[in-house]
Amino acid sequence: MNKELNRRNFLKYLGGGLAASSALLAACTDGERRTSASKQEPPKGKMTYRTNPNTGDKVSLLGYGMMRLPVEGGSERDNPDAPIDQEMVNRQVDYAIEHGVNYFDTSPAYCRGFSESATGIALARHKRSEFFVATKLSNFSPNTQTTEGSKQMFENSLKQLQVDYIDYLLLHAVGGGGMPEVNRRYMDNGILDWLVEQKQKGRIRNLGFSFHGDKEVFDELLTWHDEGKYHWDFVQIELNYLDWNWANEINDSNVDAVYLYSELEKRGIPAVIMEPLLGGRLANVPTTIAAKMKQRDPEGSIAKWGFRFAGTPKGVLCVLSGMTYMEHLKDNLITYSPLQPITEEENEFLMEIAEDIYNLKTIPCNECNYCMPCPYGLNIPAIFSHYNKCIKDGNIPHEKLDKEYDRARRAFLVGYDRSVPKLRQASHCIGCNQCAPHCPQRIPIPQELQKIDDFVERLKQEIVIAPENAE
Amino acid sequence: MLKKIRTTLAIIVLALITLLFLDVSGALHAWLGWLAKIQFLPAVLALNVAVIVALVALTLIFGRIYCSIICPLGIFQDVISWIHSKRKKNRFSFSPEKKWIRYPVLALFIIAFVAGVNSFVALLAPYSSYGRIVNNLFRPVYEWGNNILARIAEHYESYAFSETDIWLKSLPTFVIAAVTLVLLIILAWKGGRTYCNTICPVGTILSFLSRFSWLKIRMDEDKCIKCGLCSKNCKASAIDFKNFHVDYSRCVVCGDCLEKCKKDAIHYCFKDKGQRTKDNLVNEKQESVSGKATSPQTEVDSSRRSFLVSAAMATTAAALAQGKGDVDGGLAVIEDKIAPERNTPITPPGSLSAKNMAKHCTACQLCVSACPNGVLRPSTDLLTLMQPTSSYERGYCRPECTKCSEVCPAGAIRPISVEDKSSTQIGHAVWIKQNCIPVTDGVDCGNCERHCPTGAIEMVPLDENDPAGVYIPAVNESYCIGCGACENLCPARPFSAIYVEGHEVHKTI
Repeated sequence: MNKELNRRNFLKYLGGGLAASSALLAACTDGERRTSASKQEPPKGKMTYRTNPNTGDKVSLLGYGMMRLPVEGGSERDNPDAPIDQEMVNRQVDYAIEHGVNYFDTSPAYCRGFSESATGIALARHKRSEFFVATKLSNFSPNTQTTEGSKQMFENSLKQLQVDYIDYLLLHAVGGGGMPEVNRRYMDNGILDWLVEQKQKGRIRNLGFSFHGDKEVFDELLTWHDEGKYHWDFVQIELNYLDWNWANEINDSNVDAVYLYSELEKRGIPAVIMEPLLGGRLANVPTTIAAKMKQRDPEGSIAKWGFRFAGTPKGVLCVLSGMTYMEHLKDNLITYSPLQPITEEENEFLMEIAEDIYNLKTIPCNECNYCMPCPYGLNIPAIFSHYNKCIKDGNIPHEKLDKEYDRARRAFLVGYDRSVPKLRQASHCIGCNQCAPHCPQRIPIPQELQKIDDFVERLKQEIVIAPENAE
Repeated sequence: MLKKIRTTLAIIVLALITLLFLDVSGALHAWLGWLAKIQFLPAVLALNVAVIVALVALTLIFGRIYCSIICPLGIFQDVISWIHSKRKKNRFSFSPEKKWIRYPVLALFIIAFVAGVNSFVALLAPYSSYGRIVNNLFRPVYEWGNNILARIAEHYESYAFSETDIWLKSLPTFVIAAVTLVLLIILAWKGGRTYCNTICPVGTILSFLSRFSWLKIRMDEDKCIKCGLCSKNCKASAIDFKNFHVDYSRCVVCGDCLEKCKKDAIHYCFKDKGQRTKDNLVNEKQESVSGKATSPQTEVDSSRRSFLVSAAMATTAAALAQGKGDVDGGLAVIEDKIAPERNTPITPPGSLSAKNMAKHCTACQLCVSACPNGVLRPSTDLLTLMQPTSSYERGYCRPECTKCSEVCPAGAIRPISVEDKSSTQIGHAVWIKQNCIPVTDGVDCGNCERHCPTGAIEMVPLDENDPAGVYIPAVNESYCIGCGACENLCPARPFSAIYVEGHEVHKTI
């Protein structure tokens, strides 16, 4: 990867380009120079809405994902133990509602269990009719898989969210572990039937599931729908321009989004989209790829492409984004106020970009933290994130003869110690495999960690063989 | 002129030696290591004949100039004394040699040296004292500064500086260094070179030679007006202007007197200029005992156990391996490791044996400061007090590193190649069943096997009839080199389930 253009220069160049193009635009229109770029402030009342065929809900295309909430002192990645910054959550939720967002998605498991209450606090300050709230039955651990445990989890969600009905309730992350896992979590304990009852009572308005993993499970659940055994009001799937065609290529236990979406569209089941940006990975691309995207849309953000893509299919009800920071929120609001659908030509372009990203062979970790906490203290997402960042920045040294070798080696090793404290690095992974079943991306976490550890060891000892998955 | 040359050289040497001890990048050792190797005691211990001959010749020609431009402790005292002289001029006066301290201390030093009581030897060795002071007291400050730079570098995505751990390597050694520093500052502030001329064994040894040096400070009785400025500015208190006498056993050839003399009555030259100079036989009145001389011996709390207990109390008691709960995110608390009670201490590869280490080491801490893996730290055992010992709570003796062997000036850690190191057995791993995670928690592990650089560990079923059950490490001691990768990376905390027992004599496998 030859990148003479470092990030700083790139930004400079980009800034210059932006200024030049906006100046040019300005010159064309009103002949006046601007004090700031246009389209930086989202407009009000321009949000694109989609209609839920079951309830007639007019749902904003942008949904607020409450999984990556801001914490005191910055992001959760840097301060994994810091409490949620409620003031910031309130501010951003208010801003989102003001600009037309009305769908909020949380779970009892998110943010070390604090997401629901934080969401509840923020939403309780608004009229119940102004928002739809989605939460999940996240009965992953055996002690919440009992009938009582699961019921309690649902009741607790109502309490935490300070509401007496849930607009959208999901069976959380079905697919991993196959049908036996579905049966264990929702069937054997009779909880799905109980949820249907709750729906009849009006305590749940829409019942659906979020899906990661085995195709068989997806097909089976849709067969239930076809046979009238259960009715799915909506289904939450992972959809973005990388997973559209490459999900199965990246990990053969995953299903391409194109399949998932068309199966839903066929049945008229509205799709709620998660991971439109893969935890920010699609916004955080190498300069070479970023430059291509900017060339096509110099004034739009890189992230905008991901959101436009995810929002374009007509069967999409809502696209979730875990907007930690105000600038994420503003950028997404701009993208969806209103949505400019992806044209056929743009679609081809994005498929090319997807191939470029696929070829980077980064580890498909979206930093959702489902694997955490690791009982042995590792910071799994931080390790993967450092590794991915190094791939992206060209800091994975290959050949010792490479003139970049020393610089890349130092950047990798010093950066590693910076982003992950020594005691939380991959060398401490004992391979107990407690994490892997929790990974919605189905990354074989211990194997990947040990691969990275081997690579670090080779770098330290200056035995130079590039790791398997970096070419 | 002499003074200018002397101060220039001294400042350069002091700065570079200090840097040698402070360097966190590991890049300077190759360039500056020779400065440690030309120190007198380390050269004697390393049987470095060339250096010894050179230093003897230097002293026979120039006098005790070693004390002024090579010995970092001497130069350091000059700095302290110089600061005081800035505030108070002409503060010294002649005092006779304190033989009754000087020679007994030297005798004790030699006896301790021969008898192998190295903690006493190390306590008095001037270069080592300086090394300990820098390593224990100045280095943490330096590292702190480095860490600030590293933070700044991180902010700008530069990799020029990397952060380093700051930790107390040994309380007794820290205390000794602190006490030595305070004593030295007091002595140098009050009396200039008091330490060098009453206590320092190297100073005393060199004084035997400097009496006969070719070049000396000599007074011209004809020109001298007995103003006494030379005496008042002699930090060694070695000039008795009334009797035109210079005590060459204490003169460190600093040249201060030459600068001060307004009448050109004092010279640094090879034969008498004044005809009636009395070289010796001056009434060395044994004046009453002054309270100046202070023994540098300090009380040492060497109880390893109490140190460990306090360390253990300082760590947070947290249960590990809590298991994945109902919620996502967060980090498990990691308990600090506690060093096992090793029956035989571990010495680094290249040290050949515990005996070789004990015999040669002057406890200067250069290896401790050079160790990038947090392995070496000063011993707290009375007999090997302050000498380096290995332990693996913070890191392990990494296969690519031979830093300590590169820097040791005293031959206590001989140079060793990476290849030789990987086949040198300094100890062997021992398994503790009660601590092993597969046994206690029933989970797969094998982290020791995965990280063993010599393939000495194989995971075998705990129950040989149950190959589907948990696996435990089987150590092949004949392959194990004692590097401590297993001990350091063992998930059992605070006590590892596998640890290294040292070997008194290293062997090649």
